[in-house]
Amino acid sequence: MTPILSVAGLEKTFGSVVAARDITIDVPAEQTVGIIGANGAGKTTFVNMVTGHLRPSKGTIRFGDKDITGMASRDITRLGISRSFQVAQIFPSLTVFENMCVAAAIARDADGILRRAFTPLRSGQTVAEAEAAIELFQIGSYREARVATLPQGIRKLLDIAMAVAGWPRILLLDEPTSGISIEEKFGLMDVVMSALKSRRVTILFVEHDMEIIGRYADRVLAFYDGTIIADGPPAEALANERVQTLISGTKLRTEAAHA
Amino acid sequence: MTNRSTLIGALAFLVLAAAAPALPPWLISLATIAFAHALVVLGLVIMWRAGLVSFGQALYYAVGAYCVALVSRFTGITDAFVLIVLGGLAAGLLAVLVGFLLARYREIFFAMLSLAMSMILYGVLVKTEALGSTDGFNVAPATFLGYAPEGAMLNLALFWLVLVLSALAAAAIGVYFRSVAGAIAVPVRDNEIRIEFLGLSVNRLIHLKLVIAGILGGVGGALAAMTISHVDPNMAYWTTSGGFVFVTILAGAGSIAAAFVGSFAFEMLRSIAVALLPGAWQLILGSVLLITILFVPDGLGSLFMRKTRGKEGEPA
Ligand SMILES: Nc1ncnc2c1ncn2[C@@H]1O[C@H](COP(=O)(O)OP(=O)(O)O)[C@@H](O)[C@H]1O
Ligand SMILES: [Mg+2]
Repeated sequence: MTPILSVAGLEKTFGSVVAARDITIDVPAEQTVGIIGANGAGKTTFVNMVTGHLRPSKGTIRFGDKDITGMASRDITRLGISRSFQVAQIFPSLTVFENMCVAAAIARDADGILRRAFTPLRSGQTVAEAEAAIELFQIGSYREARVATLPQGIRKLLDIAMAVAGWPRILLLDEPTSGISIEEKFGLMDVVMSALKSRRVTILFVEHDMEIIGRYADRVLAFYDGTIIADGPPAEALANERVQTLISGTKLRTEAAHA
Repeated sequence: MTNRSTLIGALAFLVLAAAAPALPPWLISLATIAFAHALVVLGLVIMWRAGLVSFGQALYYAVGAYCVALVSRFTGITDAFVLIVLGGLAAGLLAVLVGFLLARYREIFFAMLSLAMSMILYGVLVKTEALGSTDGFNVAPATFLGYAPEGAMLNLALFWLVLVLSALAAAAIGVYFRSVAGAIAVPVRDNEIRIEFLGLSVNRLIHLKLVIAGILGGVGGALAAMTISHVDPNMAYWTTSGGFVFVTILAGAGSIAAAFVGSFAFEMLRSIAVALLPGAWQLILGSVLLITILFVPDGLGSLFMRKTRGKEGEPA
């Protein structure tokens, strides 16, 4: 079976900084991949390249059979690869419901910019999809709240809900739990993972907390200095000697978790 | 627009149309110009909602006006309907062209680049002897499907035409504001990255807004040329653009009707100011702008919006 995402020899340099080198991975459909690595290891750069935010210096990215290397992010989104952001990217002046309506309307409507000038934003189907997403991500109690006033966890959920509005096949989550208190992290990840699984999305998520990685990932990619130093099931990858020494805190936390 | 504001708008339209013959001619002329300018202002409102201010909207206004003047001069066509369509098309086409460049810029760069474009046209018009240079030239009286009124009747006919076009434009823009492209204005101002990652090109969206604003500017200019019976390069000058921005701030971006009320208030104010202080009428206009920005930052529209706006505020 062809992998849904296939990355080969990916490289990205910023001047003299090499943020990614020779990254080669295949991801089968509906796998949940956890991406770990210290700050500056190149995780966000990897997400940015796959989603078209950055053009790779070298290498290819394939979505199924299609070569998407260097395509614009909006075209990649329309093909079915979506993302959420380390810092939630939402519309602060609008309410949660309005944010979802905008996302659903853009995701649903065909390409033509002119057609968009004639189809109402709040058509029955768009509103229904917005409502469904709000329910799926359990943010209904904030429906009418202006986004600028939302707690961090709700902002993150909304960001992800908006990314899923177009029913993507692959979703890349860049640090979904960053800025969230330890107590809330698992609750948030439970909501996100069950929502995504119900839509059969292939997931790649960046995460620092090894407990969360152990709980939700089928497979772990460990980044160090722009390269992948371990790739395998969580138990195996996290036990890797280089991962334990190079990715700070891993050893401590996994031991604490097993204690 | 809510149902109530549509109703109020329709009522205002009927009252104005019916009362026009009884109103003094100077008021009719003033209102005609004011509403023609309000169309240009609506274009600015469309862009302002997306966070963009054009300091060169007189470009489209002047193109619409000169298109009317040139066509009637060189082809003898004086039919108002034909001329308005041509004026709107010419300005719209220009907006399609310059939009490829302008749509890539934001904030002060967008404002100044718009200004630059209008100044180029101004320079060309001033330098072109064949078009009367700084004096401009006269526009033949408009006809209406063969009907050729004169004097006060011509002014009335033009007023009714402006009124009908204003109503059509207001209705169409109301529909546009509720559409996907129209409603995604504040979102553009808020967060372009999210829009791109939802799969929509922000530049193309802004390009569309520019073209709509360009067409409105051209139609406004075409109407103005017929009303004043004259065109000159000042129509492209930056003070003309500044006047449109003034009215946009006065009216606010929240309501379509406010553009008409604001534009009328501006023309009245200017007439009164010129009569009171012939040498320093700008002083009065400047003070009014200052007071508006200090005390009614969301414009005149916000004064009556506050009452009508219900809970379901649309993503404006
Ligand atoms: N736009 C950029 N310009 C220059 N350097 C960058 C840019 N983006 C990332 N980098 C560098 O690339 C490396 C990887 O960064 P990043 O992918 O953000 O790491 P991570 O997400 O794993 O913390 C870092 O050294 C960072 O400074
Ligand atoms: Mg990062």
